[in-house]
Amino acid sequence: MSLAARLIEEAGIPTVVIGSARDIVEECAVPRFVFVDYPLGNPCGKPFDVASQTTIANTALELLEKAFAPQTTVQAPVVWSEDDDGWRERFMYVSEENRATLAAAGDERRRIQAEIREGEGR
Amino acid sequence: MATARTHRSYVSYIDKSREYYAAHGYGKPYGWLAHNDAPFTPLPKPLSECKVGLLNTSYFLPEGFVYRVPQDLPRVPALAPRAELARLNNEYLSWAKDETHTGDLESYLPFAQMDAAVAAGRIGAVSDNAYCLPTQFSHRKTQKRDTPQIIEWLKADEVDVVLAVPL
Repeated sequence: MSLAARLIEEAGIPTVVIGSARDIVEECAVPRFVFVDYPLGNPCGKPFDVASQTTIANTALELLEKAFAPQTTVQAPVVWSEDDDGWRERFMYVSEENRATLAAAGDERRRIQAEIREGEGR
Repeated sequence: MATARTHRSYVSYIDKSREYYAAHGYGKPYGWLAHNDAPFTPLPKPLSECKVGLLNTSYFLPEGFVYRVPQDLPRVPALAPRAELARLNNEYLSWAKDETHTGDLESYLPFAQMDAAVAAGRIGAVSDNAYCLPTQFSHRKTQKRDTPQIIEWLKADEVDVVLAVPL
């Protein structure tokens, strides 16, 4: 999406990326970026929470209007949870305890993919 | 409230996904795009006169779609009329399914927020189409095939500014 934003901007249409994967967006480098420090899935606000949705939409519109240089990041003034920061760790969690499970899941996925490829080759 | 931390607060998805897929036995890490600069186009007119387009990474699935493996997914851009947004699907995208859900469209495609902004005179209009751009592994496909199609649709709909939302 960040690459697309760059290309759309180059085509003459101003863009603002609203996203939660700060490192990915900033590495790619986009014209304007509203960083929403939430778990992936709801960059425009918590589900059914109009207050956070309004805050984020307003932040994006204001950034469109006021940014004067590319690669401008504004962090939306929202917090996912005041008392649970564990979501940061839990996503794509890898540890010695689950390493064997993840390896088995990878093997299973490759097995199914090979089976389908073989089926299509017939 | 300030706290003292030994690591940065925000999640590095580049680091996490590299380690996660390596643990699944995939040898070659994904190469994320990196640039040192970015393009910049000033607003063509006051925001209150601009038509906003909403772009996101959901799939627009055909009727009767059956998922087996990632290769089955229609990784193609789509024009999603506002009346047909029920066909949007993000079940197969990678997001924090243990923490949240995408049952509220407004959490990634803020049409109601844009309607309110139109009513308040903050923006001029919102496009009646949503634009779907499922993420590609191939930078080349995004650059040469998918984004040009999105740009064509944006121009046909006379969109002035875009909110681009990766889930």
